[in-house]
Amino acid sequence: MHKEFVMGNEAIALGAIAAGVNLVSGYPGTPSTEVLETVSKRRTQATYVEWSVNEKAGLEVAAGAAYTGARTMVTMKQVGLNVASDPLMSLAYIGVKGGMVVLVADDPGPISSQTEQDTRTFAAYSKLPIFDPTGVAEAYEMIQEAFDYSEKYKTPVIFRTTTRISHGYASIDVKDEAEYRTNTVIGFEKKPDWVIFPRLSFRNHTMIEERNVRIGTDFSGYGKNSLLAASGDFVSCRRGIATHGISYQYTMENLDETSHPKLLKVATPFPFPEELALSFLEGLDEVLCVEELDPALERALTYVCGKYHLPVKIFGKLTGNIPAAGENSVESVGAALKSFFGASFREKEIFDISDAPALPVRPPVLCAGCPHRASFYAVKRAAAGRKALFSGDIGCYTLGNAAPLDMTDTCLCMGAGITLAQGIGRMEPDTVCFSFTGDSTFFASGITGIVNAYYNQANMTAVILDNSTTAMTGHQPHPGTGKTMMGEVVSKVSIEKVLRAIGLETVVTVDPLDQELAIRTVKEVMDQPGVKAIIFKSPCIALVKSERTAAVDQEKCIRCKKCIREFGCPGIVIEAGQVKIDTSLCTGCGLCAGVCPKDAIQTEVRKA
Amino acid sequence: MNKNILLCGVGGQGTILASRLLAAAAMKKGLEVLTAETIGMSQRGGSVTSHMRMGTEIHSPLIGKGDADLLLAFEPGEAVRNLPYLKKDGVVIVNTHPVRPVTGTLSGTEYTGTEMIEYLQQKGLRVITVDSRKAAADLGSSKVLNVVLLGAAVRSGETGLTEEEIKDAILRIVPERFHELNLRALSYAGE
Repeated sequence: MHKEFVMGNEAIALGAIAAGVNLVSGYPGTPSTEVLETVSKRRTQATYVEWSVNEKAGLEVAAGAAYTGARTMVTMKQVGLNVASDPLMSLAYIGVKGGMVVLVADDPGPISSQTEQDTRTFAAYSKLPIFDPTGVAEAYEMIQEAFDYSEKYKTPVIFRTTTRISHGYASIDVKDEAEYRTNTVIGFEKKPDWVIFPRLSFRNHTMIEERNVRIGTDFSGYGKNSLLAASGDFVSCRRGIATHGISYQYTMENLDETSHPKLLKVATPFPFPEELALSFLEGLDEVLCVEELDPALERALTYVCGKYHLPVKIFGKLTGNIPAAGENSVESVGAALKSFFGASFREKEIFDISDAPALPVRPPVLCAGCPHRASFYAVKRAAAGRKALFSGDIGCYTLGNAAPLDMTDTCLCMGAGITLAQGIGRMEPDTVCFSFTGDSTFFASGITGIVNAYYNQANMTAVILDNSTTAMTGHQPHPGTGKTMMGEVVSKVSIEKVLRAIGLETVVTVDPLDQELAIRTVKEVMDQPGVKAIIFKSPCIALVKSERTAAVDQEKCIRCKKCIREFGCPGIVIEAGQVKIDTSLCTGCGLCAGVCPKDAIQTEVRKA
Repeated sequence: MNKNILLCGVGGQGTILASRLLAAAAMKKGLEVLTAETIGMSQRGGSVTSHMRMGTEIHSPLIGKGDADLLLAFEPGEAVRNLPYLKKDGVVIVNTHPVRPVTGTLSGTEYTGTEMIEYLQQKGLRVITVDSRKAAADLGSSKVLNVVLLGAAVRSGETGLTEEEIKDAILRIVPERFHELNLRALSYAGE
């Protein structure tokens, strides 16, 4: 053992490696991404790792490997689980031979996601056991135990974190390589159990329901589900707290070490540790459930009370004691405890800043020099005056919706931009329809949408924003980059060739920073019949060191601010009434120079 | 004795390295350390915070409102935004030079930073100011504002850490070619 200061996601990766994981697959998504990246950095020779094209592919690869007796893990964010749900729902019926962990990072808030879905609810729906750690150190141990439970019950298990666990740092005890478990792969054994048919599903459904009752009992004795006895002033208090995950820490932060109510900490919300819950409920009249996302504990405890005719009232989100949406905090939990117990554990005086000067608003914006800005601007200029639809997608380029670009009319989920445009176009044939899809999104779930458009004779322009990386989540490789997570250099999958192979006749690749050509290309392509594609190809600014920067000639500049109003580029600032370039951000893309009516902006070689 | 330090600023200003250095120094002293950062949508230009907690009995990685001993603000507007985290008798160390967002440039709602500093002072707080532009000119680099602020933080006596302990953390964590610049930044005290 040695001490390491690690992020929660790194702890999970190191725990999986210590548990002898043989294969890790996944698709990037905040806040889950660093798990697989850490596996790639810290793995032993025994571990294979890949970024799969999407979560469904990743889950199937991990399942196949687990069929051979390998220990496997697949990583994703909560909305990625929706993509992987098709194989996962069926895999729950088939089971696995080697331990398999489905790592899902939920995002209360949400901070960088489309939904506030709760994977604990998904676990109950798919009938799969789930682990829900309360912190970084616990996550490190729990992921190793999750593999053991998976093997014991021959079922995939879900390991769920939230942003504050995944991205929190702590100093923890980590095993040395000599202490790692070695998992020897037995190999795939042919038998009918691997082939899902209605009869097998019926048989296994019965088995799963019986098994989950046994797992619930097993979980009642699992060390990370625990009861904290009431102490101090609360010894005879007939109210208790049930909590989980990061909310457990927020709760503990509000409690006095020596004087606190009875507390139930639930590490495995499904199958619910009913026996443990019964010991908790004994002697209580009322329980406050402190949880994030869904009222999972509140529902489970309400069920237990009904089942055993217990006269205990359960409070939480459904009763309005805890906010229905958003993430909890130390102070929000403190306020809930205060109103529930009628007494404050720790009184805090908080500065009121309602009388403060107007604070700067800092919404996320496209970086200075981002090629997406140039792509959006080219389409905006080309389609000016036309009735047009700009259907966006998931990635950095979703930020194209912000003023002044205002180039994202829809955004739903990965790949939906292409198909939503088809639906809108069907009902509004006079609209010029564009979809915008990033390169990684194109491979993840854009291709099927293009095939659908081509087959069903849609009329649209599919714009592919190819910046040669998965930028939003921190630059992961994908099939178009020619690099794998095992460090191999492989053949790149060409987006242009894929589009041509589908049958598209008009596929034009153009550098969006060449604005004149880009605008002319869009004008030429958009009114052609059928499905057309424009690939705007220019690397993400984070991948290349910029050698140029812009400069404003203050003699020529008339302060019309057109350069600022058109793009919203963070590299252009006003200082003492003058329009200036922040050279620490500017990449010299030249987009602003192109719109200056007085030719006052020039790009030049960056001074050392 | 627990210490809670909230670092805040704008993406790209180097708050993460500063919190890493504090954490390394605290861990070497045998303290338990928890930190939490904004990651994801917070690329260049967004508001960022880094919660840093050290001590012997800590649970939440996030500091509760009214719980921070020290607000280490890389930007004056962000200092005011995060003031609710500070204890009533807490200390603010703040860079006086504002980072104005592109939205302000668009809407014309500009601020100078001075009003933010005055606001903090009106609250009766101990406010220690650092002029990042002067520091950058004096040190010959704008990349070490984080370490300049750390220097002011340890000298305020509010971190429970010494300048020597931060120096040791710099030598262990920062690449060697930047040691000289960072050590000058750490001991930089303005005039």
